Amino acid sequence: MNIVVCVKQVPDTATERKLRSDDKTLDRDAADGVINELCEYAVEEALRLKEAHGGEVTVLTMGPDKATDTIRKALAMGADKAVHLVDPALHGSDALSTSYALAQTLKKIGFDLVILGSESTDARTGMLAAMLAERLGTPQLTLANKVEISGAGITVQRVTDYGFDKVEASLPAIVSVVEKINEPRYPSFKGIMAAKKKQVQTFGIADAEIDAAQVGVANAWSEVADFAVAPPRAAGTVVKDEGDGGVKTADYLASKKFI
Amino acid sequence: MTEILVLVEHVDGDVKKVTLELLTLARSLGEPAAVWAGPGYSEVAKGRLAEFGAEKVYVADSADIVDYVVAPKAELLASLVASRAPAAVLIASTAEGKEIAGRLAVKTDSGVITDAVGLGEGFVADQSIFGGGVNVHSRVSKGTPIVAVRPNSTAPVPSTGAAAEEKVDVALSDAARAAKVVERVKQEKGARPELTEAAIVVSGGRGVGSGENFAIIEKLADSLGAAVGASRAATDAGWYPHAFQVGQTGKTVSPQLYIAAGISGAIQHRAGMQTSKTIVVINKDPEAPIFEIADFGIVGDLNQVVPQLTEEIAKRK
Ligand SMILES: Cc1cc2nc3c(=O)[nH]c(=O)nc-3n(C[C@H](O)[C@H](O)[C@H](O)COP(=O)(O)OP(=O)(O)OC[C@H]3O[C@@H](n4cnc5c(N)ncnc54)[C@H](O)[C@@H]3O)c2cc1C
Repeated sequence: MNIVVCVKQVPDTATERKLRSDDKTLDRDAADGVINELCEYAVEEALRLKEAHGGEVTVLTMGPDKATDTIRKALAMGADKAVHLVDPALHGSDALSTSYALAQTLKKIGFDLVILGSESTDARTGMLAAMLAERLGTPQLTLANKVEISGAGITVQRVTDYGFDKVEASLPAIVSVVEKINEPRYPSFKGIMAAKKKQVQTFGIADAEIDAAQVGVANAWSEVADFAVAPPRAAGTVVKDEGDGGVKTADYLASKKFI
Repeated sequence: MTEILVLVEHVDGDVKKVTLELLTLARSLGEPAAVWAGPGYSEVAKGRLAEFGAEKVYVADSADIVDYVVAPKAELLASLVASRAPAAVLIASTAEGKEIAGRLAVKTDSGVITDAVGLGEGFVADQSIFGGGVNVHSRVSKGTPIVAVRPNSTAPVPSTGAAAEEKVDVALSDAARAAKVVERVKQEKGARPELTEAAIVVSGGRGVGSGENFAIIEKLADSLGAAVGASRAATDAGWYPHAFQVGQTGKTVSPQLYIAAGISGAIQHRAGMQTSKTIVVINKDPEAPIFEIADFGIVGDLNQVVPQLTEEIAKRK
């Protein structure tokens, strides 16, 4: 089985994240880049499926040069090889362009199964997997907290507001996974060493037959009109509990008409 | 005035509150046309949509719309976008709502904005990003604006609409029927409101100390008619199910009132609750960063403060 895991490098959520003042895109230099946490669950799930059913795991990343750190992390976890889609023309791509660029690349490299994290911690749109399914005409098995494969069939548990849906489809398919579907492994020392020798193929937009007019900040389908650092919330009242903390809180809630 | 499509969220035939909010928003920008997808449509539902200003109701209530994951709803909306040329499409910014919005954007070659917390003239959306650190105004620059709006972004205000009904038939494509829902499993959640929709959320963190002790959080929630949330420390410890995690990798909530008990206020937690209108904190550490965003805070032991608060609320009812 040919499994492709899409991973994304995101600014560390623990550092201060910014937009650039010039083109209002994410300032990728301001913060340390780390692998999007939900992508680690996707890599882990891909590795488990490979271990159970055989095949190969390819990491696919779209991002600037420094995203190679993220690729190495996924390779160190155990993925077999990687494709890095990198091109200045892709800078500032929105969800529509990103899904287009990745769909074009996926068509080029081929797949039986594509696995993604359910969202990234920077843009948080949660749309990419659904958009890829739409573009590729493949079944959408998203928000999974369990994935099972038997032959050409695939079943997932899709997390819903009320519990979960059991969803069935045939491969090839697009899967997105939620946090806690598994426990992502830590790369071993051996894994880290081995990752250095694994093949990372670089694709530019021409290699993936991506139309330059469909990607990049200038061609985005939506735009940031303006932005501002959020003003700090007005300082609230903080009181020490003197045995009547609950009563005081109730007074406050009553003053705000919550009770 | 031009039509604005509002995709109706419904459960067991009842229209969800977020839809009433979206109708209210749509009224300020055009003429709301509700789109009902899936079984369960009734006169009661229609009445509810009319009460909050739906001028039209497009009804596609065949079962197969919900028998497959997401794609049929996107197909339905795309056919309406093509035939009615609405000014915009509003969808609830839930996990599934965003997926519908994404597919619809691809189908109609239109821009899409998710997680809007407000929507104004020209469909300029307010967003709060990076864990609440940056406020953004965004707009769609191509196609029909598709905007996914977070629950609790506006208060629903009634204003009667005609609710002229129109049946819509969609012949689903094969691609829309690729992922079949073969079973729906409902997990016990009791009578509490849904976390992302609730007007009040009471969350507990590591400071709660154990799964059993979450009972005091639940009791407080129940006294307020609130939903229960949890920090990742609490879900990681197995004290509360992951479905209730609030934050960066959990649910995003934006209630009228958020009560955080025994939660330190890590940036990843704040990312999921920072747009709450009022924030109340109970924490024994006066230095806990969560106090920085509190409108009201008690420095104290939640084991004392929370039960006392619950009792006090009961007394005042
Ligand atoms: C990529 C990433 C994603 C993440 N996603 C999320 C997420 O979605 N949601 C999330 O919540 N976290 C998330 N985290 C984790 C986050 O960084 C924090 O570790 C977590 O929020 C801490 O939970 P806590 O506040 O309950 O625990 P702690 O930080 O340990 O805080 C416990 C608090 O309880 C107080 N306390 C203890 N005992 C009492 C008592 N008896 N009475 C009153 N107060 C008491 C303490 O003073 C302390 O402030 C994420 C982290 C990463 C790296």
